[in-house]
Amino acid sequence: MQKYILIDHTADIGIDVFGATLPELFSNAGFALFDIITDISKVKLTLTRKLKITGIDKEQLLVNWLSELLYLHEVENLLFGKFTVLSIQEDQLHASVRGETLTENKQAIKTEIKAVTYHSLSIRKEAHLWKARVIFDV
Amino acid sequence: MNEKKYNIQKIDNYRWRIPREGKMLVDGIVYANEHMMEDIQRDESLQQVINVSSLPGIVGHSLAMPDIHWGYGFPIGGVAAFDVNEGVVSPGGVGYDINCGVRLLKTGLYRVEIAPALESLVNNLFMNIPSGVGSHRKDLKLSQQEEKKALKNGAQWAVSQGYGSREDLEFIEEKGCIAGADPELISDRALKRGQSQLGTLGSGNHFIEVGYVSEIYNEEIARVLGLEKDGITIVVHTGSRGLGYQVCDDFIRVMINASKKYHIELADRQLCCAPINSPQGREYLAAMACAANYAFANRQMITHWIRESFEKTMHIGPKDGRISLIYDVCHNIAKMEEHIVDGQKKQLCVHRKGATRAYPPNHRHTPDAYKSIGQPVLIPGDMGRQSYVLVGTEKAYKDTFGSTCHGAGRVMSRGQAKRTSRGRDIAQELKDKGILVRADTRATLDEELPEAYKNVTEVVDTVEHAGISRKVAQLKPLCVIKG
Repeated sequence: MQKYILIDHTADIGIDVFGATLPELFSNAGFALFDIITDISKVKLTLTRKLKITGIDKEQLLVNWLSELLYLHEVENLLFGKFTVLSIQEDQLHASVRGETLTENKQAIKTEIKAVTYHSLSIRKEAHLWKARVIFDV
Repeated sequence: MNEKKYNIQKIDNYRWRIPREGKMLVDGIVYANEHMMEDIQRDESLQQVINVSSLPGIVGHSLAMPDIHWGYGFPIGGVAAFDVNEGVVSPGGVGYDINCGVRLLKTGLYRVEIAPALESLVNNLFMNIPSGVGSHRKDLKLSQQEEKKALKNGAQWAVSQGYGSREDLEFIEEKGCIAGADPELISDRALKRGQSQLGTLGSGNHFIEVGYVSEIYNEEIARVLGLEKDGITIVVHTGSRGLGYQVCDDFIRVMINASKKYHIELADRQLCCAPINSPQGREYLAAMACAANYAFANRQMITHWIRESFEKTMHIGPKDGRISLIYDVCHNIAKMEEHIVDGQKKQLCVHRKGATRAYPPNHRHTPDAYKSIGQPVLIPGDMGRQSYVLVGTEKAYKDTFGSTCHGAGRVMSRGQAKRTSRGRDIAQELKDKGILVRADTRATLDEELPEAYKNVTEVVDTVEHAGISRKVAQLKPLCVIKG
């Protein structure tokens, strides 16, 4: 199954993400984020981070999850290549992500993403497939 | 054409009305010519004008400038003013890059003088000013205490650190420091993101452009600004970097809860907001002022390094370079301003998202040196075409809360731009036109190719014909540093 597709937005970049389960949907959203930022196939999986994210509903959980990954990327210079969302409750998410420290190799970065927006944000289940739309500010 | 049809009425050749209906509290007014209006209807930006018009306490109209395009929450090119007592403040009406803005510098140099040095000039600028994705200065890491001073005092802090002169401050919107900034409201995350990025250009559409005055439309005003034909100018376009994005992010979380608490119905979650006179509203404004001040300091520091690069390249001193600030304006901001509504003076919170303040002659916030001509308005084009210098007007003060357009505005998504530039060498194409470009990555150039933007001349002519700005001069690029 395709993890995500890019959608065109005049000012920004958006994604439609898919998943058989809600945790898979969230994992694939993390993958999509870093697939836009870098060539994800080249990210080495040398470190692991456990994350706990909170939010008032699943939409905010999704934004907070992606924003956390973005923050770790920018402030701690991390690049992630593997995303495993272990559990999602109403207002909480547990995940394990793997990746590496980005050293001075700026060429590894394709696109800078400023933020994860709420604009046109949606999470829905159609038949047996979870779908989400997220617009990034670039 | 999008299936969705908006109810649009033509007011005149440069203005369109979306009449109030449903949940709209005021009409929408869009500044555009007929041809541009066709394009504007293709995306969701008019729906965003309609969404903004339903926010509590909106005064006058939900406005859009001719560089309008699809944003998130507010459209880019959107202007809306809210009553201080009844109205709201919305981080989505300011955007992530708080006080993304532009400044224009003039020099004592002429085109013929710098022509032989252009290549080394562009290289020196590119080396001296960190640009691109994740750019940071290796030589300058602020302590948190010092960073907080920058947040409190903006460009004034930068000048106190030796970046430029006190005279520069006269020519910055709000003199480079928005009052009421409270650094204690800034999250640890935002401070961390900001620590290593002060004095950097960043990426995307941010740039430094060295150009020359190619045409003068109004000799008298140009003389007051110190612009003469073939004189060298420099445009700096950047904002508050990761710090600003984080402040916006932090407060969108606050405002989502606040919208619920104050029972504000939202057409788009990104429009989340709080009453101006609520703890959340006041705190956002004080935090936003910090990010805005960071951006003022950022552009001030970059100006210092531009001066340094020119002097080093041209082997001249500051007195020969005479690089001085014409003006610095915010593009993404919400500010408390006084305007006349129905004949009454009123305090309003004016949101400009991808729009420029355009105050008239003799306004008390127009610098003394420009009292006779109005506040300068700087409209960058794309890296291949011209930019413009305009001034604000009385009509702008009356009709648009003293606002006008901010740039060309994108017409292509980044994906479409990349597809259009596939197989082309954009840097070489520009070089063939006499424009030297340096960018962090080739992808940046592909995404920012000139055709990705509206024709800036059409945008500028629209605001001039509509009477909300007056054209003064045209600038053409010689070399560009792209973020």
